[in-house]
Amino acid sequence: MIEILKKAWRILCKPSVHYSLGFLTVGGFVAGIIFWGGFNTALEATNTEKFCISCHEMRDNVYQELKTTIHFTNRSGVRATCPDCHVPHKWTNKIARKMQASKEVWGKIFGTINTREKFEAHRRELAEHEWARLKANDSLECRNCHNFNYMDFTRQSPRAARAHSTALASGEKTCIDCHKGIAHHLPDMKGVKGF
Amino acid sequence: MKTSKKSFAKITALLMLTGTAFIAVGAVAEKTIRGDHFATLRHAPLNTEPTPPPLTNEKEHHGSLARNYPAQAPIIPHQAHKYQINRKVNQCLSCHDRSRVHESKAPMIAISHYLTRNNHFLAQVSPRRYFCTQCHVSQESSTPLVKNTFVDVDKLVEASANKKQH
Ligand code: HEC
Ligand code: HEC
Ligand code: HEC
Repeated sequence: MIEILKKAWRILCKPSVHYSLGFLTVGGFVAGIIFWGGFNTALEATNTEKFCISCHEMRDNVYQELKTTIHFTNRSGVRATCPDCHVPHKWTNKIARKMQASKEVWGKIFGTINTREKFEAHRRELAEHEWARLKANDSLECRNCHNFNYMDFTRQSPRAARAHSTALASGEKTCIDCHKGIAHHLPDMKGVKGF
Repeated sequence: MKTSKKSFAKITALLMLTGTAFIAVGAVAEKTIRGDHFATLRHAPLNTEPTPPPLTNEKEHHGSLARNYPAQAPIIPHQAHKYQINRKVNQCLSCHDRSRVHESKAPMIAISHYLTRNNHFLAQVSPRRYFCTQCHVSQESSTPLVKNTFVDVDKLVEASANKKQH
């Protein structure tokens, strides 16, 4: 085995004799496109709600809860799916989130959250990650759909108009500061600011 | 022999009677149910499934609403169905608790909510007051199922004062 590896390494290190530089460049370029495309396609496949709820931890807990909220059914018929709120659109942020999500997949494989009770026990920690992320990016995912510039305060409820025209307009607060638990059941909120 | 024949006839008659009674009951059960003649809020026989009236939305008001009697739990002047109230969290308190009102500008829950049933002070909301929607409700613009004959106590006092004058 080690012999084979050594041999392979030696071949890789040797300058090419049989192939032209042009072929190698073009070949590398084409291979790059294929790998890149494949990688992004695989990434996109994990970016669907179907994928998110293919594991029962998500289907039986957060998905059931989402179903009862305004982001699942509403008068306008516009739906927010898991990736709409949880996966950044920018590529670097997306990769960063995916790497973090791998930890959650780890959690699935090793069963840290495989029952409702265990999930509830970890919910605060998981929620804190999301709050921190949305706080840091000024609730970017919410703003992908809800654009502050197009909010008509005269059409909002009195309390909404008051909050949005003050703390939100001044940038003092962002959506997630006031709208926690918009899509799922909340964890024990002891010590969370604003509760 | 004679007596036994007689009793046989009696038993047969009895059996036939009970039989017809059973059939009769069966036939009745198909159409109506005992108690169907009572007036209920359902407005339909018990063994039918009437179409429910359409749901209405909770109303949003500016400011608070009048109370009809001194001990009335104040009406919630806004939507409240989406707020979570359970063992872990109470989203009403995130605006109405003593520690939150300076920021939220919402009215603070009454001092009675921080007392035990023996009137001892507590640092936090008493468990018996924790589930807000047991007493406080939002309003909807639906037609009442029964007519409300409530009269404000001020109206009663006024009426009796008027009577005395005449
Ligand atoms: C995919 C688009 C989308 C995303 C992403 C999204 N929303 Fe929404 N949101 C909607 C739609 C559609 C409605 C319902 C509009 C209607 O019919 O009134 C809504 C409604 C709401 C409401 C009104 C609730 C009510 O009961 O009236 C709030 C609050 C809200 N969203 C906050 C958020 C927050 C906070 C986030 C980010 C965590 C977010 N939304 C992300 C599309 C989205
Ligand atoms: C300072 C606190 C605060 C911030 C920040 C805030 N909201 Fe709100 N929002 C409220 C309150 C209070 C309401 C009305 C009551 C409720 O829905 O709980 C409301 C209501 C809404 C509604 C429903 C509109 C209506 O007429 O009731 C939507 C949609 C909404 N918010 C979206 C957002 C989005 C998107 C952001 C971020 C861009 C945001 N909010 C930031 C406090 C806030
Ligand atoms: C409207 C935006 C929105 C949608 C849609 C949404 N989430 Fe969330 N999710 C949040 C927010 C905000 C949090 C942070 C905790 C909180 O405030 O409830 C969160 C938290 C979570 C958590 C951490 C545990 C918890 O409950 O706090 C998980 C896991 C999760 N979401 C999975 C999902 C899955 C799976 C879906 C799709 C079925 C989904 N989410 C759809 C906004 C959303």
